[in-house]
Amino acid sequence: MSVVAAARLQTAPLGPMLARQAYAEFMKLLRVPAFSVTSIVLPSMFYAFIGLGNAREPLFKGSDVAFGQYFLASMALYGVANVMVLGFGISLANERGQKQDLLMKSTPLPAPVYFIAKALSALVIAFISIVVLSLFASIAGGVTLTTAQWLTLGVRAMLCSIPFIGLGFGLGYLAGPNSAPAVTNLIYLPTAFASGLFFPLQLLPQFIRDIAPYLPLYRAAHLVWNAVGLPEDDISADWLYMAGYTVAFFLLALWAYRRDQGKKFN
Amino acid sequence: MSDPAVELVHVTKRYGDVVAVDDVSLAIQSGELVAMLGPNGAGKTSSINVMLGLRKPTSGSARLFGLDPKDLKARSRIGVMLQESGVPGMLRVEEIVALFCSYYPRPLPAAQAIAMAGLEEKAKTLVKDLSGGQHQRLYLALALCGDPEVLFLDEPTVGMDVEGRRRFLQEIADLGARGRTVVLTTHYLEEADQLARRVIVIDRGHVIADSTPAEIKSRVAGKRITFTTPQAAQDGQFAGLPLNSIQVEDHRVRLLTNDPEEVLRELFRRGVEVRDLEVAGADLEEAFLAMTRHEVSA
Repeated sequence: MSVVAAARLQTAPLGPMLARQAYAEFMKLLRVPAFSVTSIVLPSMFYAFIGLGNAREPLFKGSDVAFGQYFLASMALYGVANVMVLGFGISLANERGQKQDLLMKSTPLPAPVYFIAKALSALVIAFISIVVLSLFASIAGGVTLTTAQWLTLGVRAMLCSIPFIGLGFGLGYLAGPNSAPAVTNLIYLPTAFASGLFFPLQLLPQFIRDIAPYLPLYRAAHLVWNAVGLPEDDISADWLYMAGYTVAFFLLALWAYRRDQGKKFN
Repeated sequence: MSDPAVELVHVTKRYGDVVAVDDVSLAIQSGELVAMLGPNGAGKTSSINVMLGLRKPTSGSARLFGLDPKDLKARSRIGVMLQESGVPGMLRVEEIVALFCSYYPRPLPAAQAIAMAGLEEKAKTLVKDLSGGQHQRLYLALALCGDPEVLFLDEPTVGMDVEGRRRFLQEIADLGARGRTVVLTTHYLEEADQLARRVIVIDRGHVIADSTPAEIKSRVAGKRITFTTPQAAQDGQFAGLPLNSIQVEDHRVRLLTNDPEEVLRELFRRGVEVRDLEVAGADLEEAFLAMTRHEVSA
């Protein structure tokens, strides 16, 4: 008996577990149209309302970047960060509200597998939203970018979504299931606006222009705008800021998670 | 000798000022079918949660197979049905069962776990569209899918209809017959009696009995006599009667006894005027009251 027992696997292999969990998380997100449709379609819709009309106009006098290119980069970022903040924030808050965490906690599923699966599924949805937006902007808006610019934009938008995984995660553990949609939107929409994602900062009031440099979305925006050719003096500071926000938001998430677990399982 | 499947060693669990579990020690060996019985709020769920590592005991310790209950090696050998836990509503039954199968080193085929829970016809249904009883059966499928050595069931039949409950209890009895360890909590005496070969009675955080169902039943098998009497209750009116408890509210009298015939004979002999007489099996709540009283006076 003991020899047989020793020869047996004591825990399940993590690879298949992660694959199954990621698939399940993806289906959970996809089957909530309020989330999946808005995440995938909303950036393109904003593009249709705001970007299409003057897609070919220069961003400002003498600029060789068109408004359409600026707005494509902005909406790509808006879309991916939206998936992270809302997808993580609201879905985690809901799952906690329904005590799904209690059931998961009683299984041998390691918590990191669960969170990595969630992040992977959100990254896939974010990627789909970029693809849909890019197709829309290039077909309907006639936006042209070089292959290198397309790739740089895609890679940077995806990279910039990473700190927002931490933020969404933290909000998901801090907000209640009923308040989560309101709280996340209340934080996300105004900061997107104040970061110059909808209108260039030059057109916004001075006090917003004073705040903007400290907002994570503004720093991320610099990186994606730069990808489509908007000249920036130096983006290395923006990369540093993003690294800092990543660390800060993941620490926030970890703190919020521990706080929640301590309340429930102590 | 191998480690017990489940062990609590001097476990006390407090929530603020409330003592949910008070210095409980018990061991459950492999292959045992154990019912933890007690009224609501007695500490059954708290005890289970400590056994599972879902709650940290205030003092004392819990072990599963000699391991920390939080150890994934221990968790891989158990299946759990919890009271009031949620499942993702937007997955299909077969998807979530297959997902849970992937958590365990030697899972059952998903289809088998679904069949054991009697959910074959609902395999493609979204979880959110299941009825209350079907939800319970889904939890059973999820608890079974890792082919567990020990199955923990916390109030498993709540919300099931009669037929569902019968099938469910049969399924648990079969598992027990195949040598699986089952720990279930219930506040239904019949359920414990039907399934378990060992019953642990918990009241106010204490183990007040740990024995065979037959033994426990003989201790709680009282009858309840209720009637109204127009006379004001007098001191000594019920003196000398073989009663376990007396409750008088205005003109309503509730007596708990193991010998209802003798009590009634004596009441009539004493000329107590009795109206709206009812004699019924004591419900568990009252039986526990009687048992705890008995324990205190013993």
